[in-house]
Amino acid sequence: MDLFEYQGKQYFARFGIPVSAGGVADSVDEAVSQADKAGYPVVVKAQVQVGGRGKAGGIKLADDADQVREHASNILGMDIKGHVVRRLWIEHASDIDKEYYASFTLDRSEKKLLGMLSSQGGVEIEAVADKSPEAIARIHIDPVEGLSAEVTREWVGRANLDPKAVDGTVDILQKLYTCFVEGDADLVEINPLILTPEGKVHALDAKVTLDDNAAFRHPEWDEFRGLEQLDPRDALAKEKGLQYVGLDGTVGIIANGAGLAMSTCDVVNQVGGSPANFLDIGGGANAEVMANALEVINTDEKVQAIFINIFGGITRGDEVANGIVQALSSVDIRPPIVIRLDGTNAEEGRAILKDTESDRFISKPTMLEAARTAVELAGGAAK
Amino acid sequence: MSIFVDENTKVIVQGLTGGQGRFHGLRNRDYGTKVVAGVTPGKAGTDVDGIPVYDTVQEAVDKTGADASFVVVPPKAAPDAVRQAAAAGIRIVVSITEGIPMQDEVLLFNELKEKYPDTQLIGPNCPGVISPGKCNIGITAGEIAKPGGPVGIVSRSGTLTYQALYELTQAGIGQTTCVGIGGDPVPGTSFIDCLSRFQADADTKAVIMIGEIGGSAEEQAAEYIKSEMNKPVVAYIAGVTAPPGKKMGHAGAIISGTSGTAQAKIEALESAGAKVGQNPTEMAELMREVVAKL
Repeated sequence: MDLFEYQGKQYFARFGIPVSAGGVADSVDEAVSQADKAGYPVVVKAQVQVGGRGKAGGIKLADDADQVREHASNILGMDIKGHVVRRLWIEHASDIDKEYYASFTLDRSEKKLLGMLSSQGGVEIEAVADKSPEAIARIHIDPVEGLSAEVTREWVGRANLDPKAVDGTVDILQKLYTCFVEGDADLVEINPLILTPEGKVHALDAKVTLDDNAAFRHPEWDEFRGLEQLDPRDALAKEKGLQYVGLDGTVGIIANGAGLAMSTCDVVNQVGGSPANFLDIGGGANAEVMANALEVINTDEKVQAIFINIFGGITRGDEVANGIVQALSSVDIRPPIVIRLDGTNAEEGRAILKDTESDRFISKPTMLEAARTAVELAGGAAK
Repeated sequence: MSIFVDENTKVIVQGLTGGQGRFHGLRNRDYGTKVVAGVTPGKAGTDVDGIPVYDTVQEAVDKTGADASFVVVPPKAAPDAVRQAAAAGIRIVVSITEGIPMQDEVLLFNELKEKYPDTQLIGPNCPGVISPGKCNIGITAGEIAKPGGPVGIVSRSGTLTYQALYELTQAGIGQTTCVGIGGDPVPGTSFIDCLSRFQADADTKAVIMIGEIGGSAEEQAAEYIKSEMNKPVVAYIAGVTAPPGKKMGHAGAIISGTSGTAQAKIEALESAGAKVGQNPTEMAELMREVVAKL
């Protein structure tokens, strides 16, 4: 789960990481009252989960209530790369002497935790990594050993920060590491981490991705939920507990297993079609799950044909076939369906499907043949 | 021959008394796997269909001489179950558990490496390992595999593993061992761990490797294939059409920035001399050609 900036700052604050005083606002009036509380000048910041807010005009400085009113009314409702702004974060503006970058994430190839610190903050870190990789001080952390104050100080020493920033940065990095590990994040990032003219270091932005797998030990995460802006198809799939990712094509896809679902998208593409979604119904593939999956795809108006791709392993082909037949009798499906059923007891399964087959429900023995048929039914020319 | 497990492997099932543990544990035994004990704290003295249950892994190992464990417990308890198995000297630990937090997984990986270097964790979030005709630990349907080799399979994806097993078996090609390493961000066993064992295994003459988007494990494997392997490798990578920034089901299957794309992995494997199929069927075709020339 990706947090909004204001949620990230609230999360940081729990771990003692200094952030600017501020509050959220969903209306122009709320923005003014939050600004009055934070103290002028303030920064009015659009809360969207997409980069490049500043360039798009979603971050503005305001010296007084009138300016807050003006900026807030412009920014609320603004569309930033497809994300509509519904909430603002208003905080006291900080004087900035230096801008740095700090983050922790997992380095999958090293199988260690990775800390990155750079004296060049405030810009995209990818750009820094490309142009001047030496400007990023990296550290690989063995989670068994953790990150000691001594090691942190040595790491900060390699980043060539202003000497005035060193103590504050060591302190923040230690807290940020705790937030990362104990807070069960996949990513914590501060960009920029600033040094003020008074010599204080604090987090001016917060990017946090929480690990959904750890939700069982974080009941406090509930308050972060329900605010993400989901595509309506994604929202329905989430409600039904399905692994769904919306794409832009015309062939709806249902498969059992993430790898097979991805592979099915690829094959549809290879034979000249375009997948409308990725949908993994998992190993079970019973009637209820299948009905839910069909229902989600049925709401997608772009879908012109549905391709169900099932490989029976532990789940037997005859069980899957019975599930599909039951699902079809309970959900009224608009587009035609092509099914490929293979693996354990596939023949028995195909025999069950035979009675239901029609020009709107077609069974094909292989993945490629089924993909071609689905693409043709969707109005494309199959390769 | 085979890798990791064979007809002499003695297996305990941690969580045998649970619904899933019982179902898969007994299926593994029906396949011919030597399932010698179950472990569930507080259930010592009971049995599951004749398989004795002990309170601790240590006790089960002392009584039965088990050297492998099948961990079928929920994500909360799985890391400690794996630790317990490693501490008792278990050599192969298969964890099918899906949904272990990343921080727990990376901590467990490093702990095992430092404290129990002789324990090989396969998974988590994987279908398991099968040496057809000898031993099946995990959730793979044994009947779709064919004993006798000459092909070894290593895969990050569950259903695509089954697909590969099935297609080879249909073509009359047997397998030495099929390892599902799982789709999580920090798998206990890497592609290279398996490729190096297949390279060393006399009965394995060719290898199928199935990867997917995300991370750089396939690129690292390509380096290994190029420098260390002389056995032919046929590969398939899922996720060519996956959009960046979206998790495709597996925790690990995500393209971040410009890294982890299917195209980059395919190019790395091809430049290492591997043949890469565009889809699972083509992968099986390529392997048929390879086996015909052996």
